Amino acid sequence: MSRYKLEVRVKPRPGLLDPQGKAIHHALQSLGWGGVEDVRVGKAIYLDVEAASEAVAIEAAEAMCRRLLANPVTEDFEVSTVGALQEAGS
Amino acid sequence: MKVAVITFPGSNCDYDLYKAAQHVGGHPSFVWHRERGLSGYDAVLLPGGFSYGDYLRPGAIARMSPIMEDVVAFADAGGPVLGICNGFQILCEAGLLPGALVRNDSLRFESRDVLLRVERTDTLYTADYSAGQILRIPIAHGDGNYEADRDTLERLEEDGLVVFRYVDARGEPTEDANPNGSWHNIAGITNGRGNVLGMMPHPERAMEPILGSTDGVALFTSLASSLSALAS
Repeated sequence: MSRYKLEVRVKPRPGLLDPQGKAIHHALQSLGWGGVEDVRVGKAIYLDVEAASEAVAIEAAEAMCRRLLANPVTEDFEVSTVGALQEAGS
Repeated sequence: MKVAVITFPGSNCDYDLYKAAQHVGGHPSFVWHRERGLSGYDAVLLPGGFSYGDYLRPGAIARMSPIMEDVVAFADAGGPVLGICNGFQILCEAGLLPGALVRNDSLRFESRDVLLRVERTDTLYTADYSAGQILRIPIAHGDGNYEADRDTLERLEEDGLVVFRYVDARGEPTEDANPNGSWHNIAGITNGRGNVLGMMPHPERAMEPILGSTDGVALFTSLASSLSALAS
């Protein structure tokens, strides 16, 4: 078994109004960043998972997203590994 | 009418709901979210509040509570389940109602009286209202913006599942009358079978003249008389 550090990114689905993103967009524009065309706010969730392989760890995190971490009505998700892998117990 | 008021850590309208049920002659009991079993109850009420501090998403963690398995089974068996505010959010997270409630488009917590139009009077919860009646009921939420995919939204309208809509004083569902950006000014919906109702406004806070409105009373009398009609 190895330990994997995973990053889950949950973001509002395309087309869904994201009022937080809109407010931040306005704030950026008023600070002079006129080139910013769109802002969307999501969240990142960091998981330490012990699993037989990276693929198994990612699969488990995707299952967690479908069950709890993301709402399929309003959010999309992506899972990736981040940071160093470590043998459990080492 | 034996009523279960489900309480989660962070519920804050549980006593209001308890009092509302008593107000119409019902016999409410609090049921803690870790308990199991809802046999013997005639209706289940999910109160407003901030279960689990709205962590992750409003209702997302509460929906995983042990009692929710029983609430889903109760609803699947046709039992009346009413979710108000956070209760509505929990019902959506649990899949008992379609769609989701996201951040208000104002980005503000909206706490004030709003006007609602009664769209359906043939439900367990609205029989004592008249069609098109306009109610004054308070709202208090930061995430009340009703969203769903296009097909679901169209189906809600086609099947007449919208029970309450935010309107202006003339009864029109205008943009100005919409406190949170909900699609088609949706304030409350029911499922196809009509036994589950979710709504963001708080009828349990509009039960006595001293509260500024008594327009919530008829919702609870409707439920009480529907249940006694079913029992007889």
